[in-house]
Amino acid sequence: MRVKYLVPMIIFVMLTGLFLSGLHKGDPTVVPSPLIGKPVPAFALPQLNDGNATLTEQDLKGEVVLLNVWGSYCIPCRQEHPLFLELAKQKVVDIYGLNYADVRLDAMNWLKQLGDPYVKSAFDEDRRVSIDFGVYGVPETYVIDKDGIIRYKKVGAISEELLAETILPMIEDLKKQQ
Amino acid sequence: MLFVLLPVQAADVPLEFDKPEQGQRYQDLIEELRCLVCQNQNLADSHADLAQDLREEVYEMVLAGKNNEEIVDFLVARYGDFVLYRPPVKLSTWLLWFAPFVLLLAGIFLVYRFARARAQVPQQQQLSAAEQSQLAKLLKEEDKS
Repeated sequence: MRVKYLVPMIIFVMLTGLFLSGLHKGDPTVVPSPLIGKPVPAFALPQLNDGNATLTEQDLKGEVVLLNVWGSYCIPCRQEHPLFLELAKQKVVDIYGLNYADVRLDAMNWLKQLGDPYVKSAFDEDRRVSIDFGVYGVPETYVIDKDGIIRYKKVGAISEELLAETILPMIEDLKKQQ
Repeated sequence: MLFVLLPVQAADVPLEFDKPEQGQRYQDLIEELRCLVCQNQNLADSHADLAQDLREEVYEMVLAGKNNEEIVDFLVARYGDFVLYRPPVKLSTWLLWFAPFVLLLAGIFLVYRFARARAQVPQQQQLSAAEQSQLAKLLKEEDKS
Protein backbone atom coordinates (compact mmCIF):
# COMPACT_ATOMS: atom_id res chain seq x y z
CA MET A 1 0.00 0.00 0.00
CA ARG A 2 1.24 3.47 -0.78
CA VAL A 3 2.03 5.76 2.12
CA LYS A 4 0.02 8.49 0.39
CA TYR A 5 -3.25 6.80 1.29
CA LEU A 6 -2.34 6.89 4.97
CA VAL A 7 -2.19 10.69 5.06
CA PRO A 8 -5.92 11.34 5.74
CA MET A 9 -5.80 8.68 8.44
CA ILE A 10 -2.79 10.33 10.10
CA ILE A 11 -4.44 13.76 9.94
CA PHE A 12 -7.62 12.32 11.44
CA VAL A 13 -5.74 10.73 14.34
CA MET A 14 -3.81 13.93 15.01
CA LEU A 15 -6.95 16.07 15.01
CA THR A 16 -8.73 13.62 17.29
CA GLY A 17 -5.80 13.83 19.70
CA LEU A 18 -5.91 17.62 19.61
CA PHE A 19 -9.63 17.77 20.29
CA LEU A 20 -9.43 15.19 23.06
CA SER A 21 -6.67 17.10 24.83
CA GLY A 22 -8.79 20.26 24.47
CA LEU A 23 -11.77 18.54 26.05
CA HIS A 24 -9.80 17.46 29.09
CA LYS A 25 -7.94 20.68 29.62
CA GLY A 26 -10.38 21.78 32.30
CA ASP A 27 -12.69 24.73 32.63
CA PRO A 28 -12.09 27.17 29.76
CA THR A 29 -13.58 30.04 31.79
CA VAL A 30 -10.70 29.89 34.28
CA VAL A 31 -8.13 32.46 33.29
CA PRO A 32 -4.56 31.74 34.44
CA SER A 33 -3.36 34.56 36.67
CA PRO A 34 -0.22 36.47 35.76
CA LEU A 35 0.20 37.29 39.46
CA ILE A 36 1.39 33.81 40.43
CA GLY A 37 4.99 34.16 41.60
CA LYS A 38 4.59 37.90 42.03
CA PRO A 39 4.31 39.87 45.27
CA VAL A 40 0.92 40.78 46.61
CA PRO A 41 -0.04 44.18 45.17
CA ALA A 42 0.32 47.04 47.62
CA PHE A 43 -2.97 48.10 49.13
CA ALA A 44 -4.55 49.79 52.13
CA LEU A 45 -8.21 49.08 52.76
CA PRO A 46 -10.54 49.67 55.68
CA GLN A 47 -11.32 46.58 57.67
CA LEU A 48 -14.78 45.15 57.43
CA ASN A 49 -15.52 45.03 61.14
CA ASP A 50 -13.84 48.32 61.92
CA GLY A 51 -13.84 51.00 59.25
CA ASN A 52 -11.20 53.00 61.09
CA ALA A 53 -8.64 50.21 61.05
CA THR A 54 -6.82 49.39 57.84
CA LEU A 55 -5.48 46.21 56.37
CA THR A 56 -2.42 46.40 54.13
CA GLU A 57 -0.27 43.96 52.18
CA GLN A 58 2.22 44.14 55.08
CA ASP A 59 -0.28 42.32 57.31
CA LEU A 60 -0.16 39.34 54.97
CA LYS A 61 3.61 38.95 55.23
CA GLY A 62 5.56 36.82 57.69
CA GLU A 63 3.42 33.70 57.61
CA VAL A 64 1.88 31.53 54.94
CA VAL A 65 -1.68 32.81 54.61
CA LEU A 66 -4.82 32.29 52.59
CA LEU A 67 -6.62 35.26 51.12
CA ASN A 68 -10.25 34.60 50.29
CA VAL A 69 -12.22 37.01 48.12
CA TRP A 70 -15.90 36.82 49.03
CA GLY A 71 -19.21 38.63 49.11
CA SER A 72 -22.43 38.18 51.04
CA TYR A 73 -24.40 37.96 47.75
CA CYS A 74 -22.26 35.11 46.49
CA ILE A 75 -23.76 31.63 46.63
CA PRO A 76 -20.59 29.56 46.04
CA CYS A 77 -19.01 31.50 48.93
CA ARG A 78 -21.58 29.92 51.22
CA GLN A 79 -20.67 26.54 49.87
CA GLU A 80 -16.96 26.84 50.62
CA HIS A 81 -17.40 28.74 53.89
CA PRO A 82 -17.55 25.70 56.22
CA LEU A 83 -14.15 24.60 54.91
CA PHE A 84 -12.60 27.89 55.96
CA LEU A 85 -14.33 27.71 59.36
CA GLU A 86 -12.82 24.28 59.86
CA LEU A 87 -9.33 25.47 58.86
CA ALA A 88 -9.61 28.38 61.26
CA LYS A 89 -10.81 26.15 64.07
CA GLN A 90 -7.91 23.78 63.61
CA LYS A 91 -5.53 26.74 63.30
CA VAL A 92 -3.99 25.26 60.17
CA VAL A 93 -3.39 28.58 58.47
CA ASP A 94 -4.34 32.23 58.91
CA ILE A 95 -7.13 33.21 56.55
CA TYR A 96 -7.68 36.79 55.51
CA GLY A 97 -10.83 37.97 53.80
CA LEU A 98 -11.19 40.41 50.95
CA ASN A 99 -14.80 41.44 50.82
CA TYR A 100 -15.66 42.38 47.24
CA ALA A 101 -18.35 44.79 45.98
CA ASP A 102 -20.51 44.37 49.05
CA VAL A 103 -22.59 46.40 51.48
CA ARG A 104 -20.83 46.61 54.82
CA LEU A 105 -23.81 45.66 56.96
CA ASP A 106 -24.74 42.75 54.70
CA ALA A 107 -21.21 41.44 54.88
CA MET A 108 -21.02 41.80 58.66
CA ASN A 109 -24.34 40.04 59.11
CA TRP A 110 -23.23 37.25 56.83
CA LEU A 111 -20.21 36.60 59.05
CA LYS A 112 -22.36 36.83 62.18
CA GLN A 113 -24.76 34.24 60.83
CA LEU A 114 -22.33 31.80 59.26
CA GLY A 115 -19.26 32.32 61.43
CA ASP A 116 -16.11 34.35 60.85
CA PRO A 117 -13.03 32.32 59.88
CA TYR A 118 -11.00 35.38 58.94
CA VAL A 119 -8.22 36.87 61.04
CA LYS A 120 -9.17 40.12 59.39
CA SER A 121 -11.32 41.10 56.43
CA ALA A 122 -10.62 44.02 54.13
CA PHE A 123 -13.63 45.88 52.78
CA ASP A 124 -13.18 46.67 49.09
CA GLU A 125 -16.27 48.63 48.31
CA ASP A 126 -15.08 50.32 45.11
CA ARG A 127 -13.33 47.12 43.91
CA ARG A 128 -10.13 48.92 42.99
CA VAL A 129 -7.82 46.72 45.06
CA SER A 130 -9.55 43.61 43.78
CA ILE A 131 -8.76 44.73 40.24
CA ASP A 132 -5.10 44.97 41.28
CA PHE A 133 -5.39 41.34 42.39
CA GLY A 134 -6.91 40.41 39.04
CA VAL A 135 -10.17 39.34 40.67
CA TYR A 136 -12.85 38.67 38.10
CA GLY A 137 -15.40 36.74 40.07
CA VAL A 138 -16.07 35.64 43.61
CA PRO A 139 -15.05 33.51 45.31
CA GLU A 140 -11.33 33.45 44.66
CA THR A 141 -8.70 32.07 46.97
CA TYR A 142 -4.99 32.89 47.02
CA VAL A 143 -2.13 31.09 48.75
CA ILE A 144 0.49 33.63 49.82
CA ASP A 145 3.90 32.63 51.17
CA LYS A 146 5.91 34.15 54.02
CA ASP A 147 7.50 36.74 51.75
CA GLY A 148 4.15 37.88 50.48
CA ILE A 149 4.49 36.15 47.10
CA ILE A 150 1.29 34.80 45.54
CA ARG A 151 1.82 31.09 44.98
CA TYR A 152 -1.56 29.84 43.90
CA LYS A 153 -4.95 31.10 42.91
CA LYS A 154 -8.24 29.28 42.75
CA VAL A 155 -11.14 30.88 40.91
CA GLY A 156 -14.45 29.55 42.20
CA ALA A 157 -15.34 27.75 45.40
CA ILE A 158 -12.71 25.51 46.90
CA SER A 159 -13.71 21.91 47.50
CA GLU A 160 -12.68 19.44 50.18
CA GLU A 161 -10.79 17.59 47.50
CA LEU A 162 -8.87 20.61 46.27
CA LEU A 163 -8.06 21.56 49.83
CA ALA A 164 -6.73 18.12 50.75
CA GLU A 165 -4.91 17.40 47.53
CA THR A 166 -3.54 20.77 46.49
CA ILE A 167 -3.89 23.62 48.96
CA LEU A 168 -2.95 21.95 52.25
CA PRO A 169 0.15 20.17 50.87
CA MET A 170 1.22 23.45 49.32
CA ILE A 171 0.79 25.28 52.63
CA GLU A 172 2.87 22.60 54.40
CA ASP A 173 5.61 22.94 51.78
CA LEU A 174 5.65 26.70 52.00
CA LYS A 175 5.76 26.64 55.79
CA LYS A 176 8.95 24.57 55.65
CA GLN A 177 10.65 27.02 53.32
CA GLN A 178 12.64 29.73 54.96
CA MET B 1 -46.62 48.61 16.17
CA LEU B 2 -43.10 49.29 15.05
CA PHE B 3 -40.14 49.13 17.30
CA VAL B 4 -36.89 50.65 16.27
CA LEU B 5 -33.99 48.62 17.60
CA LEU B 6 -31.13 50.85 18.55
CA PRO B 7 -27.68 49.46 19.30
CA VAL B 8 -27.42 49.05 23.04
CA GLN B 9 -24.96 51.44 24.57
CA ALA B 10 -23.13 49.54 27.30
CA ALA B 11 -21.99 52.69 29.05
CA ASP B 12 -25.12 54.27 30.46
CA VAL B 13 -23.71 57.71 31.07
CA PRO B 14 -22.12 59.55 28.18
CA LEU B 15 -18.49 60.07 29.02
CA GLU B 16 -16.78 63.40 28.75
CA PHE B 17 -13.30 63.82 27.43
CA ASP B 18 -10.96 66.78 27.24
CA LYS B 19 -10.12 66.06 23.62
CA PRO B 20 -12.01 64.14 20.93
CA GLU B 21 -8.84 62.09 20.36
CA GLN B 22 -9.22 60.68 23.87
CA GLY B 23 -12.78 59.58 23.24
CA GLN B 24 -11.69 57.73 20.12
CA ARG B 25 -8.80 56.10 21.95
CA TYR B 26 -11.12 55.04 24.78
CA GLN B 27 -13.55 53.52 22.31
CA ASP B 28 -10.79 51.68 20.44
CA LEU B 29 -9.34 50.32 23.68
CA ILE B 30 -12.56 48.97 25.12
CA GLU B 31 -13.31 47.31 21.80
CA GLU B 32 -9.91 45.60 21.76
CA LEU B 33 -10.03 44.45 25.37
CA ARG B 34 -11.85 41.35 26.41
CA CYS B 35 -14.25 40.98 29.30
CA LEU B 36 -13.22 38.22 31.69
CA VAL B 37 -16.71 37.43 32.88
CA CYS B 38 -18.52 37.06 29.56
CA GLN B 39 -15.51 35.89 27.69
CA ASN B 40 -16.86 36.26 24.20
CA GLN B 41 -17.54 39.95 24.60
CA ASN B 42 -15.26 42.92 24.67
CA LEU B 43 -15.35 45.54 27.38
CA ALA B 44 -17.46 47.80 25.19
CA ASP B 45 -20.23 45.21 24.74
CA SER B 46 -20.33 43.59 28.12
CA HIS B 47 -22.81 44.49 30.83
CA ALA B 48 -20.93 42.60 33.52
CA ASP B 49 -20.08 44.64 36.61
CA LEU B 50 -16.43 43.87 36.12
CA ALA B 51 -16.56 45.21 32.56
CA GLN B 52 -18.10 48.41 33.92
CA ASP B 53 -15.28 48.69 36.46
CA LEU B 54 -12.62 48.06 33.85
CA ARG B 55 -14.16 50.58 31.46
CA GLU B 56 -13.94 53.09 34.25
CA GLU B 57 -10.28 52.22 34.85
CA VAL B 58 -9.56 52.65 31.15
CA TYR B 59 -11.50 55.91 31.08
CA GLU B 60 -9.56 57.35 34.00
CA MET B 61 -6.24 56.26 32.55
CA VAL B 62 -7.09 57.86 29.20
CA LEU B 63 -8.02 61.09 31.01
CA ALA B 64 -4.80 60.92 33.01
CA GLY B 65 -2.93 61.04 29.73
CA LYS B 66 -1.62 57.47 29.70
CA ASN B 67 -0.85 56.05 26.29
CA ASN B 68 -2.46 52.91 24.89
CA GLU B 69 0.54 50.75 25.71
CA GLU B 70 0.51 51.76 29.36
CA ILE B 71 -3.20 51.08 29.65
CA VAL B 72 -2.97 47.68 28.00
CA ASP B 73 0.04 46.78 30.18
CA PHE B 74 -1.95 47.71 33.27
CA LEU B 75 -4.65 45.21 32.38
CA VAL B 76 -2.29 42.49 31.17
CA ALA B 77 -0.35 42.71 34.45
CA ARG B 78 -3.56 41.89 36.31
CA TYR B 79 -5.47 39.59 34.00
CA GLY B 80 -2.85 38.22 31.62
CA ASP B 81 -2.83 38.06 27.83
CA PHE B 82 -6.38 36.79 28.09
CA VAL B 83 -7.72 40.36 28.10
CA LEU B 84 -6.29 40.93 24.65
CA TYR B 85 -8.34 40.04 21.62
CA ARG B 86 -5.10 40.42 19.68
CA PRO B 87 -2.62 38.16 21.45
CA PRO B 88 1.07 39.15 21.34
CA VAL B 89 3.45 37.26 19.08
CA LYS B 90 5.56 35.03 21.30
CA LEU B 91 6.75 31.45 21.38
CA SER B 92 3.51 30.04 22.76
CA THR B 93 1.40 31.88 20.17
CA TRP B 94 3.49 31.18 17.08
CA LEU B 95 1.18 28.41 15.99
CA LEU B 96 -1.81 30.71 16.38
CA TRP B 97 -0.23 33.50 14.38
CA PHE B 98 1.61 31.64 11.67
CA ALA B 99 -0.25 28.36 11.14
CA PRO B 100 -2.81 30.02 8.81
CA PHE B 101 -0.04 31.26 6.52
CA VAL B 102 1.67 27.88 6.57
CA LEU B 103 -1.63 26.21 5.70
CA LEU B 104 -2.24 28.75 2.94
CA LEU B 105 1.19 28.06 1.42
CA ALA B 106 0.60 24.32 1.71
CA GLY B 107 -2.76 24.78 -0.03
CA ILE B 108 -1.23 26.81 -2.87
CA PHE B 109 1.44 24.15 -3.30
CA LEU B 110 -1.13 21.36 -3.45
CA VAL B 111 -3.32 23.21 -5.96
CA TYR B 112 -0.25 23.92 -8.09
CA ARG B 113 0.75 20.27 -8.10
CA PHE B 114 -2.77 19.12 -8.84
CA ALA B 115 -3.16 21.59 -11.71
CA ARG B 116 0.15 20.56 -13.22
CA ALA B 117 -0.71 16.89 -13.00
CA ARG B 118 -3.97 17.55 -14.84
CA ALA B 119 -2.32 19.66 -17.50
CA GLN B 120 -0.04 16.76 -18.33
CA VAL B 121 -2.83 14.26 -18.79
CA PRO B 122 -4.00 15.19 -22.35
CA GLN B 123 -0.45 15.19 -23.69
CA GLN B 124 0.10 11.65 -22.50
CA GLN B 125 -3.15 10.53 -24.03
CA GLN B 126 -2.54 11.83 -27.51
CA LEU B 127 -3.08 9.11 -30.01
CA SER B 128 -0.27 7.70 -32.05
CA ALA B 129 -0.45 7.81 -35.87
CA ALA B 130 -1.57 4.19 -35.98
CA GLU B 131 -4.30 4.82 -33.44
CA GLN B 132 -5.44 7.88 -35.36
CA SER B 133 -5.94 5.93 -38.55
CA GLN B 134 -7.74 3.19 -36.65
CA LEU B 135 -10.03 5.80 -35.15
CA ALA B 136 -10.76 7.28 -38.56
CA LYS B 137 -11.58 3.81 -39.88
CA LEU B 138 -13.95 3.08 -37.00
CA LEU B 139 -15.74 6.37 -37.47
CA LYS B 140 -16.17 5.70 -41.17
CA GLU B 141 -17.73 2.30 -40.43
CA GLU B 142 -20.06 4.00 -38.03
CA ASP B 143 -21.22 6.42 -40.75
CA LYS B 144 -21.91 3.63 -43.20
CA SER B 145 -24.12 1.59 -40.91
